[in-house]
Amino acid sequence: MTELAIATRDLTRRFGSQTAVDRVSLAVPRGSVFGFLGPNGSGKTTTIRMLLGLIEPTAGESSVLGESMPDSWRSVLPRVGALVEGPAFYPFLSGTANLRRLDAADRDSDRRTRLARVSDALARVGLSHAENKPVKAYSLGMKQRLGLANAMLRPRDLLVLDEPTNGLDPQGTREVRSLIRSFAADGTTVFVSSHLLAEVEQLCTHAAVMSAGAIVAQGTLDELRGPDATTVVVLTPDRALAHDVLLKAGLTPDPATPVDGVRAHLDRSRGGADDLVAALVAAGVRVRGFSLEEPSLEDRFVALTGEGFDVVA
Amino acid sequence: MSSREQSIPPTTRRVSFDLLASEIAVLFRRRRTIAMLVAIALIPILLAVAVALSSQQLAPGEGPPFLDRVSQNGLFVGFTAMLVGIPLFLPLTVGVVAGDTIAGEAGQGTLRYLLTAPAGRMRLLLVKFAGAVAWALAATLTLMLTGLIIGSVLFSIGPVTLLSGDVISLGESLVRMGLVALYVSVSLIGLSAVGLFISTLTDVPVGAMAATVVVSIVSQILGTIPQLSWMHPYLLTHYWLDFADILRNPIEWSSFGSNAILQLAYVGIFGALAYGRFASKSIVS
Repeated sequence: MTELAIATRDLTRRFGSQTAVDRVSLAVPRGSVFGFLGPNGSGKTTTIRMLLGLIEPTAGESSVLGESMPDSWRSVLPRVGALVEGPAFYPFLSGTANLRRLDAADRDSDRRTRLARVSDALARVGLSHAENKPVKAYSLGMKQRLGLANAMLRPRDLLVLDEPTNGLDPQGTREVRSLIRSFAADGTTVFVSSHLLAEVEQLCTHAAVMSAGAIVAQGTLDELRGPDATTVVVLTPDRALAHDVLLKAGLTPDPATPVDGVRAHLDRSRGGADDLVAALVAAGVRVRGFSLEEPSLEDRFVALTGEGFDVVA
Repeated sequence: MSSREQSIPPTTRRVSFDLLASEIAVLFRRRRTIAMLVAIALIPILLAVAVALSSQQLAPGEGPPFLDRVSQNGLFVGFTAMLVGIPLFLPLTVGVVAGDTIAGEAGQGTLRYLLTAPAGRMRLLLVKFAGAVAWALAATLTLMLTGLIIGSVLFSIGPVTLLSGDVISLGESLVRMGLVALYVSVSLIGLSAVGLFISTLTDVPVGAMAATVVVSIVSQILGTIPQLSWMHPYLLTHYWLDFADILRNPIEWSSFGSNAILQLAYVGIFGALAYGRFASKSIVS
């Protein structure tokens, strides 16, 4: 259990008759950057709230940093930095005053180093110039950064970041991603939820996909892409012949075949694609073009979660 | 990674007042709080100015109690203002502060960040209640001190003739003023606890504020219905106007004591209800 930063078993939360989170079993390895993907409303935030002790699970268990939650909140939460469902601050207080208050709320935080830590965190997210402005004068992107600064007020073993790039402009998004990478490089486990596939593909080592309250896939990114999903595309006028050759070579022809060629799925466990062209030519197929299509996570996730998934990067 | 973990001190059980200090600082830095203090200060000011500008002499007993004495002794401004403020205005401000405690943080979204900091639910409730009590003290002291200042500016001040007919010195009068402020503060802590409980029920602070004020008004209305006299001793507002007992010689402490016990009972009951509700509440805001 200790090598997992987050481990849940059959975590379930019902609100009335609606099951928001349905038997979720997560395994987030220590040191990983774990992407938590799913469409809006799939139960990601409810799961995160349960992990942080904000919502009691209806059933199931969860452990964070090796200790049971929510029972061990007092020793677990100081080691966890969190951004939950967008930033929230006292609009009439400055960025500095907001962070000082949230740091004071943590009874284990050291008052003597508070000002220095607040100032460091603000500098790290590039808000030093606005530290004395009231938060109501901040843009959404600045609030998002302030939320990240709050998550890094102390050295953390785990960061739980719910949609950390929401509302950020492209530069801000890049900065947040590089911040996340720098945390990971320090050995902090980062659990980041997103509905943006490109983000997860760029940032994460592992991911879980949630759909309608349940985990539909989980693992390293390579595992998620699937081993057998490479597609071979042959451009040829001799479609029937090519179809037979590919079938004989152990591929699964795709019924959705283009007019000027053949598509087929390659099972890597039954050999590579290296000899296919030679086999096609030997059988007398006039090959005009040959290409391999690696699956993208996006194809995989749309397949897992269905259409309507917000995939705009 | 292991070096990182070692850099975090193990969980200690030390008592930290940092959150309480922060709560009080945030409360009194809000423009709303300042505006309420100004409004409270206006009660004795308006009262004193009205009396000073009016040439009409009030017959004893006309108008609010003590009003007829204000022009002879400025010290009565504070007492009169307290009588004017306790039925509605002071409970209104307590409703605003106590109703906002949890619901305000929830509505703003900061509750989830306080709890993941982690503030601890029990500790947060205690700090919020302490903030509401600090408000009650600040409100009554502001009213009394403004009354003292405006009374001494507009009228002469001197030894006070008490309800019992005895005369007490200026210094003794100031002590009595402080005691009256304390009495009224104590009177408001039961309502603060009610407001704290109501505040755990909703994420809409305005609703909790209004409900808290309604509780104080309903309690006062029930207190005026003779058929319900059996319940009067248990009403939150039962002793609210009895601070005049502080102005007797010797001081009639029994109403102070009964009031304190009643208010503490309300604090106990509604504090427990608030904790029962808040400890298991799903924070979805």
